[in-house]
Amino acid sequence: MSTSIANLKVGEQGVIKEISLENIPLSLLEMGCMPGENVELLQIAPLKDPLYIRVNGSHLAIRKEIADQILITKI
Amino acid sequence: MFKNKAIKVALVGNPNTGKTSLFNQLTGLNQKVGNYPGITVEKKVGTCQLSKNNIAKIIDLPGTYSINPTTLDENIVLNTLMSASHEDFPDVIVVVADIENIKRNLLLYSQIKDLQIPTILVVNMSDQIQRKGIQIDLELLKKELKSEVVLTSARKNKGIDKLKEVIENYHSLNTDPLANISKRIDADYFINLKNNFPSFPLYKTWLLITQVEEFEELDEKEKEKVRSYKKDKEKLKKYQHKETIYRYQQINEILKKTYRVDRSKAKDLRSKLDKVLIHKVWGYVIFAFILMVIFQSIFDWASVPMDLIDEFFAYLSSSAKELLPPGTFTSLISEGIIPGIGGIVIFIPQIAILFLFVAILEETGYMSRVVFLMDKIMRRFGMSGKSVVPLISGTACAIPAIMAARNISGWKERLITILVTPFTTCSARLPVYAIIIALIIPQQRVLGIFSLQGLTLLALYILGFASALSSGYLLHHVLKVKGKNLFVIEMPNYKIPSLKNVFYTVVEKTKAFVFGAGKIILAISIILWFLASNGPKSFTDAEINFKNKPEIENLKPEQFDEQLASYKLEQSYIGIMGKSIEPAIKPLGYDWKIGIALISSFAAREVFVGTLATIYSVGNDDKDNTTIKERMAAEINPDTGEKLFNFPSGMSLLVFYAFAMQCISTLAIVKRETNSWKWPLLQLFGMGALAYVASFLTYTVLT
Repeated sequence: MSTSIANLKVGEQGVIKEISLENIPLSLLEMGCMPGENVELLQIAPLKDPLYIRVNGSHLAIRKEIADQILITKI
Repeated sequence: MFKNKAIKVALVGNPNTGKTSLFNQLTGLNQKVGNYPGITVEKKVGTCQLSKNNIAKIIDLPGTYSINPTTLDENIVLNTLMSASHEDFPDVIVVVADIENIKRNLLLYSQIKDLQIPTILVVNMSDQIQRKGIQIDLELLKKELKSEVVLTSARKNKGIDKLKEVIENYHSLNTDPLANISKRIDADYFINLKNNFPSFPLYKTWLLITQVEEFEELDEKEKEKVRSYKKDKEKLKKYQHKETIYRYQQINEILKKTYRVDRSKAKDLRSKLDKVLIHKVWGYVIFAFILMVIFQSIFDWASVPMDLIDEFFAYLSSSAKELLPPGTFTSLISEGIIPGIGGIVIFIPQIAILFLFVAILEETGYMSRVVFLMDKIMRRFGMSGKSVVPLISGTACAIPAIMAARNISGWKERLITILVTPFTTCSARLPVYAIIIALIIPQQRVLGIFSLQGLTLLALYILGFASALSSGYLLHHVLKVKGKNLFVIEMPNYKIPSLKNVFYTVVEKTKAFVFGAGKIILAISIILWFLASNGPKSFTDAEINFKNKPEIENLKPEQFDEQLASYKLEQSYIGIMGKSIEPAIKPLGYDWKIGIALISSFAAREVFVGTLATIYSVGNDDKDNTTIKERMAAEINPDTGEKLFNFPSGMSLLVFYAFAMQCISTLAIVKRETNSWKWPLLQLFGMGALAYVASFLTYTVLT
């Protein structure tokens, strides 16, 4: 099922399918968040934003607006 | 003995890799912190004795995840490594990686290696190998990475000798690029690029086009070529993405052969702590508790050393007066320079204690959790979760706080943080608050436990934070500043802080204050001294005129001296200045004497107290027990016949000091950080107008 990181529930995982090039900072890719990688949503901040994810061995916090643009296949 | 030229070594690495520990281990106390020209990023350079004949000059570059910068600090890494004529251009680069996040760390290595400068990979925190269930094939890794790899544990001082040996033999390192970016992305494009700049490594040319604004080392023709390549932004961005993906593919292949981790052995401290520390209730409770502990300790621990410093400088000043022959020079020393230096040193305890806590919180990895917790809230006020550190630091001093805003990647969020930080109650406001509160708020207890005076102080702190947030909110909606936000933060592993690193951070930040603010405070103290001890003809004749006054006949000798000093101050340049602004400040409930104190507060706010002490001629007589507080309390406003420092005028002063931007050092640092006079002037006039209006309203409503 195709969705974005922002739609995952805590503990759920997915594989990154596509990253919208236009609005995604290069730095996110450089931290290991790129197509083909496994991503897990670890925790959501109390006010629903930002999201705390594990991807490609990195633990990152990203804002929801960015998470919305990372498309994944849920596993 | 024959000595070789120092080998220049640049340390590069991700944040949280132990790069700083390694730097401290290599250089020990042989390090100094300076600034990069024109900007305030700390530049750490140290020397290291490699062997009998060789020394190295080690440059600790700011932590970065990539050579493509997103913050100003990271820009330094790029600038240093790009330009062979840069004074810090290294002979050899040491890329520091940590054993656990080796994959992400290798991305940086892969970029750096392609610059074709000798590069060594240090895999740090190797003491964790067993505990984390990691296996690593060092020999194969060296072969695959086409360079030397050294395992170290900087905290346990392991592998350092081996690293020194490798650095010494840097000539023998392979300088081939690691990733062949030309073939995998767009072969024609990159061959064309290579042919246009045959003398440069291909990757360097690529960075020139994608990252560097203007590169001085090129001639006009080459600059023109670079500009034409820069045009197709879309394409560049696409290729950068492809480049990154390609690099990771290559790294993954290398790691598959050389690195194995048994996840079942990894202990999950992270997730257990995260469950509590960023819990939707406990997260905030713990953060609030930590803040309370910090503020409490600043007050408790700092008061003793601050009193000692105060006494010490007062003693120094009075002994200078006694020992030196009377005259202008002595007066400059005892009334200008010594109190000026004292005014700087007195803040060191509070600043050092605050940064001790900030450094510990950052070292443990907790600060990233605070950023995570606070980001959404702070965004409503135009800031980012990362603005929390500057705002907290602002309670010690706005100067290091504004410098800490460098970590914020979005320009708008960073700018707003810089603009509102001076609202937080810095330590220079405290002496002013303390004396006015003591004058106008009765020593009562509320509900039996809280002291009314303490609550007033607390209210002023809250006022400081609240005005920072609400002006942030306003600026967020008013400022039209472009700039995308690249908020991505790493949530590092929890660690026990290294005492050495904490110590060095505290020293660094304190130095930033002493040299950032200190110079200006000292200079203004001397100017104020001049303005107070010189004046037009009426000042030079003051002594004669004063002696001819009829009302002085009944004065005792020491009273005579005091009143003469006060009279002379009135005739001095600063007295004239105070009088000339009196009409403007009368509506706020102040007289010209407070006017003088307001003007002199531009050096630093706490000068207010010292100035009033001089004006009310206290301090000359230790036998007489009237304190400055009692003198101020007795002062009568000649217009109203009431006490000058009564409740309305005192409240008005508190409000004025809470809002006004009376700190030239902060304005100077804002100018440097924003590279424009526009923003410090906005602060000066915006906060000044707010202070004036708010004090006027306070005074009018209360009278």
